[in-house]
Amino acid sequence: MPVPEVKESFAGQVSRVTLGSTKDSGGTRTSTVTVGGARNVVYGGSIEQAGEKPVIAMDVLDSRPDDWPETLAEHYQDVMDSPGDWAKKCVEEFGADLVCVKFDGIHPDKADKDAAHAVKVTEEVLKAVGVPLILWDSGNDEKDNQVMPKVSEAAKGENVLIGTVKEDNYKALTALALADGHHLITHAPLDINIAKQVNILVSDMGFPLEKIVTFQATGALGYGIEYAYSIQERQRLAALGGDKMMAMPAICDVGYESWRVKEAKLEDAPGWGAVEDRGPMWEATTAICLLQAGVDIIRMRHPRAVATVKNFINQIWQ
Amino acid sequence: MALTGLEIFKLLPKTNCKKCGMPTCLAFAMQLAQKRAQLKDCPDVSEEAKQQLAAAAAPPIRLVQFGSGDNRVQTGQETVMFRHEEKFYNQTVLAVTVSDKLTGQDLKDRIESINSLQFERIGLHISVNAIAVINDSGSADAFASAAAAVKDTSSLAIILVSDSPDAVAAAVAKTGDSSPLIGQAKPDTAEAMAKIAKENNCPLTASAESVEALANLTEKIKAQGIEDIVLNLDGLNLRDQLYNLSKIRALALKKTFRLLGYPTMAFVPDGDADQQAAYATSLICKHSSIVVVNMVEPYAFLPILTARMNIFSDPQKPIQVEPKVYPIGEPDDNAPLMFTTNFSLTYYTVESDVEASRVPSYILVVDTEGTSVLTSYSGDKLNEKTVADAMVKFDAENLVKHRKLIIPGYVAVMSGKLEEATGWEILVGPRESSMIPKYLQEIWK
Repeated sequence: MPVPEVKESFAGQVSRVTLGSTKDSGGTRTSTVTVGGARNVVYGGSIEQAGEKPVIAMDVLDSRPDDWPETLAEHYQDVMDSPGDWAKKCVEEFGADLVCVKFDGIHPDKADKDAAHAVKVTEEVLKAVGVPLILWDSGNDEKDNQVMPKVSEAAKGENVLIGTVKEDNYKALTALALADGHHLITHAPLDINIAKQVNILVSDMGFPLEKIVTFQATGALGYGIEYAYSIQERQRLAALGGDKMMAMPAICDVGYESWRVKEAKLEDAPGWGAVEDRGPMWEATTAICLLQAGVDIIRMRHPRAVATVKNFINQIWQ
Repeated sequence: MALTGLEIFKLLPKTNCKKCGMPTCLAFAMQLAQKRAQLKDCPDVSEEAKQQLAAAAAPPIRLVQFGSGDNRVQTGQETVMFRHEEKFYNQTVLAVTVSDKLTGQDLKDRIESINSLQFERIGLHISVNAIAVINDSGSADAFASAAAAVKDTSSLAIILVSDSPDAVAAAVAKTGDSSPLIGQAKPDTAEAMAKIAKENNCPLTASAESVEALANLTEKIKAQGIEDIVLNLDGLNLRDQLYNLSKIRALALKKTFRLLGYPTMAFVPDGDADQQAAYATSLICKHSSIVVVNMVEPYAFLPILTARMNIFSDPQKPIQVEPKVYPIGEPDDNAPLMFTTNFSLTYYTVESDVEASRVPSYILVVDTEGTSVLTSYSGDKLNEKTVADAMVKFDAENLVKHRKLIIPGYVAVMSGKLEEATGWEILVGPRESSMIPKYLQEIWK
């Protein structure tokens, strides 16, 4: 009996986004990164429909973190006080496709550092590495509104990916990103309706849809990953169905989420295997799961987890 | 091809007797058409109708079972491509290899290390399900004795993997009463393998290098009277396996293509434990019903099994934790007391952050029917009364000497009413769970 055809024809596709500006286009990046472009679900149809290869953005914190478990921190002890060197290490030693500068240190409950500090860190990292950057705020709306516009300005012309804008706090950063020529991350709390709403709000301000990357919030493996997983699958299906407001590439924050769970950090856990192996494995497995649902940029932290995920990506997206 | 509800209705007795549990024959017919009911629930259906309906009423992916006792596994019978469309029903069977080149103590050690791959997570037991005995030696005797050793040393389900019908026959003779899954039947051994499967009443793995070749093979095996078949794509790299597994699932569900309407089995490609865990996770998410790995490192299994648990959870039903007081660390009667909701995701996030603070504490879990803090507050499932009731029910008064209750920052507005309802001093905690360590270490002290 002949095997029937199961081809599906989709009306839409995930939009393609190119981050980073090289000298030719007015920036100082030595390379660019292009993501998105999928025309089918993950493993649907043929490899030609899979779009661009997913990429890994490694986290660089603006200030030395004091809560990283030893398994993770030991790889960065020598560079934690120097974001530029830290970024260099991620790119040159660990093969990061992008660097994500996370401004934890400006948060009022953490180091409460000012805009001048954030600008200095941005400049340092821009100088240290040639890959495109992601600039990610602290999560405190008030402080972010003071600091992130300055950060955006400091990276003007570099075509960074900056964020995040939310349903109730999007105007300041959206306007700045537009003026400074950046791509923008729209952020929703594991709620696909809010995700769409933020995209609509931002595009109403004249921000081009094809310069947006969505962040649906991430749950770690064992801690709500199934919600993120299904939202990513629904986002991909919506994009393929022709919904322009959901057709953006997706970013997820695997590094932060997986390194705060017990299974990644607990040292004394009989039967669970050594924590040096288990931590990176937890981070890698979280990333691998989300790749099955359809994500384009993965924020990660541990070099061993990055190596595992890169190997996987290279086997699938050749 | 599948029949519509009305086509099925015409074949039913039309007595509306309700014996099937549905109000009318038409309603039952509709359920049958959607594969949500089984024909055997109708006691009065005619033999003729039965035969006509059997083909159409069968689930698009057959349920196959193997193994015995508590470790009998069932696999297949999935109904959707994506978990959010309904849910995934039968958790991927995770199997670990045992090579028949191992003998004596080495063999025993390997089997024991597989037996010990068992974990507890959020109150549930998760573990490996099966051992795949691999005929690496090429010898029928070695295969049979390795299989016998597995049967004697483990209660896990057994999968026999050999290209040689003689070796499989020899191994089944030693393990037949524990209902192993046997194989691999290939185009040139299909008849011989099917004969062994039939004689021993075991499900059979069909193995071929393409989707088309697999369909031809299952047609051949079905002709031998074997219905319980498992599909295996042989010799493909990981990428081609994953694309073809999605294709097989789509053919079974969207085209009701019976020749591929069976559960699938994939062997993860070679690699270190980290790589194998990554491959296994992708195969679990994207449609391999059985996944066979070649490693025994516990650190790799805990995340794989957790991924399986998460992906196969029911998206319609939030996982809840039992409402009660959870001591974190070893709290005494001066320890902080805080409450959160019984939505498992909320609770485990809070628990993880309280643990991280290293401040021994009590978490009072209020029954909010599995909803998060903000959702339950706006739905009035979390209010001063439900919190006060939970405090009485779980005896908060005798737990701690102080009279201070920490509440989630997002429901700061309920402080006043809660203070009145309980007489306790209300302390507003952080909005984000991640700030709990700082709160407990610096503000509580």
